[in-house]
Amino acid sequence: MMQFYRAHVLVCGGTGCTSSDSPKISAEFEAQLKNYKLDNEVKIVKTGCFGLCAEGPIVVVYPEGAMYTMVRVEDVKEIVEEHLLKGRIVKRLLAGNKEADDVNKSLENVGFFKKQFRIALRNCGRINPENIEEYIAYDGYKALGKVLTEMTPEEVIETIKKSGLRGRGGGGFPTGLKWEFAAKSQNDQKYVCCNADEGDPGAFMDRSILEGDPHSVLEAMAIAGYAIGANQGFIYVRAEYPIAVKRLQIAIQQAKEYGLLGKDIFGTGFDFDIELRLGAGAFVCGEETALMTSIEGHRGEPRPRPPFPAVKGLWQKPTILNNVETYANIPVIILKGPEWFSSIGTERSKGTKVFAIGGKINNTGLVEIPMGTTLREVIYDIGGGIPNNKAFKAAQTGGPSGGCIPASHIDTPIDYDSLIELGSMMGSGGLIVMDEDTCMVDIAKFFLEFTVDESCGKCPPCRIGTKRMLEILNRITEGKGEEGDIEKLETLAKNIKASALCGLGQTAPNPVLSTLRYFRDEYEAHVREKKCKAGVCKSMMQYVINAALCKSCGICARNCPVGAITGEKKVPYEINQEKCIKCGVCMEKCPFKAIFKNI
Amino acid sequence: MKSLAELEEIRKRALEQISLRDDKEKIRVVVGMATCGIAAGARPVMNAFVEEINKRKLTNVSVTMTGCIGVCRLEPIVEVISPDGSKVTYVKMTPEKAVRVVTEHLVNGRVCADLTIGAYGQEG
Repeated sequence: MMQFYRAHVLVCGGTGCTSSDSPKISAEFEAQLKNYKLDNEVKIVKTGCFGLCAEGPIVVVYPEGAMYTMVRVEDVKEIVEEHLLKGRIVKRLLAGNKEADDVNKSLENVGFFKKQFRIALRNCGRINPENIEEYIAYDGYKALGKVLTEMTPEEVIETIKKSGLRGRGGGGFPTGLKWEFAAKSQNDQKYVCCNADEGDPGAFMDRSILEGDPHSVLEAMAIAGYAIGANQGFIYVRAEYPIAVKRLQIAIQQAKEYGLLGKDIFGTGFDFDIELRLGAGAFVCGEETALMTSIEGHRGEPRPRPPFPAVKGLWQKPTILNNVETYANIPVIILKGPEWFSSIGTERSKGTKVFAIGGKINNTGLVEIPMGTTLREVIYDIGGGIPNNKAFKAAQTGGPSGGCIPASHIDTPIDYDSLIELGSMMGSGGLIVMDEDTCMVDIAKFFLEFTVDESCGKCPPCRIGTKRMLEILNRITEGKGEEGDIEKLETLAKNIKASALCGLGQTAPNPVLSTLRYFRDEYEAHVREKKCKAGVCKSMMQYVINAALCKSCGICARNCPVGAITGEKKVPYEINQEKCIKCGVCMEKCPFKAIFKNI
Repeated sequence: MKSLAELEEIRKRALEQISLRDDKEKIRVVVGMATCGIAAGARPVMNAFVEEINKRKLTNVSVTMTGCIGVCRLEPIVEVISPDGSKVTYVKMTPEKAVRVVTEHLVNGRVCADLTIGAYGQEG
C-alpha cells in the first residue's frame, strides 16, 4: 500500500477556500495530472485552513514547499505543466515576493507566517483531515496512549493545571481547575462536552480546527474523559458548518475503526465514545447551560448557576464543557509537558491564542500568536496593515460580548487580563480592525442589534433592557438623540450587566460601554451637534455635487437607483435630498470626482 | 488499538508517506527536465528513480526537476544533492543507470563515479 509520490499538492479545503472554488481546483489538478500522466507520481491532498484566507484559494506544492495564492482553475494547467512536469516554480502565483529566486525567500517577507506560533493550528494545512494516519504520523493519539498507560487521572489534571491553560472560548476559566471539580464530583455517570457552537460574528477558529484537524479534539476529549471519569462525550457543533460536521463524522468513524474510540482503548479497559449534536445556530447555545439544555433536546435556554456543570450538568450529571481550541492544546501539553507550555505567553495567560482577523485589514485570516503579542504586531506585522493607508482607529475583540481597543492602546500586550482592563475581553478570538472611516456609535449599534436578535428572551434584563438600549442608539444615529440619552444608556448597561441571567446578557452592554469609555465625544457629537464625523450615519450626511467640478455628463443621474439626480447639458447636476437614499453610487460612478460627502 | 507499539507502527508507516512535507533535510535527486532533457529521455529516467525509491521505501529522498543546466549534449542529467550541500552530477542517464544510482548512491552512500560528469570528461 505504501507508495512514494515525488510531489504532494496540498489544496486548502477550508470553508473560505471552498467557497472560492478550491474543490474545482483539486478536480482540475486531478484531470491535468492524468492528462500529463503524472497521477502516479504526484499526490493531491485536501487539507484544512492555512490561515491566509484573504489570499485564498491556497495551494502548496511539496517537496519545494511552494505556496501559491489566489489560484484560479485556469492556473492549474500552468502549475502542472511548469512546476510538476518541468520543475519550474510558477513565480507569478507565489505568496509574498514573486521575484524571489527560491520559494523560501519568497516567504521571507511574509510576516503573516513569521510571527505566528502554532499549537492549536499545528496540523491545519499540513495534514489531510480525512485520514487518521496522517494525524497519527505527527504524534496523533500518542498523548492519549501516554495518559492511559503511564498516568493516573490525578496526574493528568495536575499537568493541565500546571500548564496554566485557560478556556479559549470566552471566559478564560482555568481548564485544569474545571476538570478537577468534575473529577471530584461523585457519580456513576459523567460527561465530556465540546463547545463547537462558535457564534461571534467574524470568529472562525473553531471551525478551522474542526475542518483541519478534527482528531486533535477527539483525542483531547478522550483524555478529559479519562481524567474526570467519563466515558461519553458530546460535540455540539452548528449545523451551518457542514464541512466541519462531515470531517468530524469521518474522524469519529475512523477513530472507532482504529480502536481509538470505543471499548478497551489501548487494552487498558478504558471506554470512550463521542457523539455529535448539531445546533441550529442560536448564539445563546454557546452559553454552557443553554448548550447542555439543547443537547438534552430542549429549547436552548440558560439556567442559573450554581449548580455548576461540574456538579450538575448534562442530564443532571457532572459534566465538563470546553471549547474546541482549548481541546486542541491538550495533546501537545501532555506530550511536551506543562513547563514547556507555561513558558509561552505572559504571567497569567499561558500558551497561544488563535485570532480571526477581519475588517479593515490586508491579510484577513486566521493567526495563532503567543499571548502577550501586541495589537500593533498583529495588525501591522502579521495582518499586513490597513488597506489604502488609512489610519487605525480601534480594534474590536470578544465579539458582541467584548469591546473596542482604541489606537492609544495599540502597544498593549494582548492577554486575558490586559483586555479586561481595557474594558474588552478575549472572547473566542474575533478581532475586527477598524479604520478612521468607522463610526463607533454605529459599531456599538451593530453588536447590540446582534444581541437583541439573539437574546433567548428568558430573563427580562436581556430581553427588554437590550431592546431599550438599541432604541436609544437608533435614535442617536438617526439624529434624534436627546440630552440625557447617553446617561440613560449607561444606567441601563450597568443594570443589565448586574442582573441578566447568563453570560450573553451580562456582557451584551460591553460594546456600548467600551465605546462610551473611549469615544464619548463621538456620542456627544451625534446627540448635540447631530454630526457623525466618520460620515457613516446616513441621517447626518448628504451627498452633494460640486458645481465647479461637474461636467454635466449625466452618469450619476443614470446610475441613481431612485432618480434623485437631475440636470441638463452644460448645467451642473443636482441631488434632490428629499429623494436621496444615500447609497453612494453617484459618488462611486462620477468620473470627475465631483461628488462629495457633506458631513 | 491494543497497544502503544501498534500506534507507533502506524505512526512510522504514516510518517514515511508524508515525510515529503517536512522541513527535514533530505537527499535531493534533481532531474533536468527542459526540452533537451525530455528529448533525451529524462522522463523514463525520473520514473525509474521514483519507482526504485518506492520499491526500496526510501523516505529521506526527494525527487524534483529542474530546467536546462546548459550541457544539453550530456542530457539526461541528474544531480544528487546531499543535505550538506555536496553535489554529484550524473550524465547521459538511462533508467538502468538510475536504478544503480538508487542502490549504490542513495542507499549505500557510494557515488557511482563512472557515471559522473567528471568520468565522462576524462573519457573524452
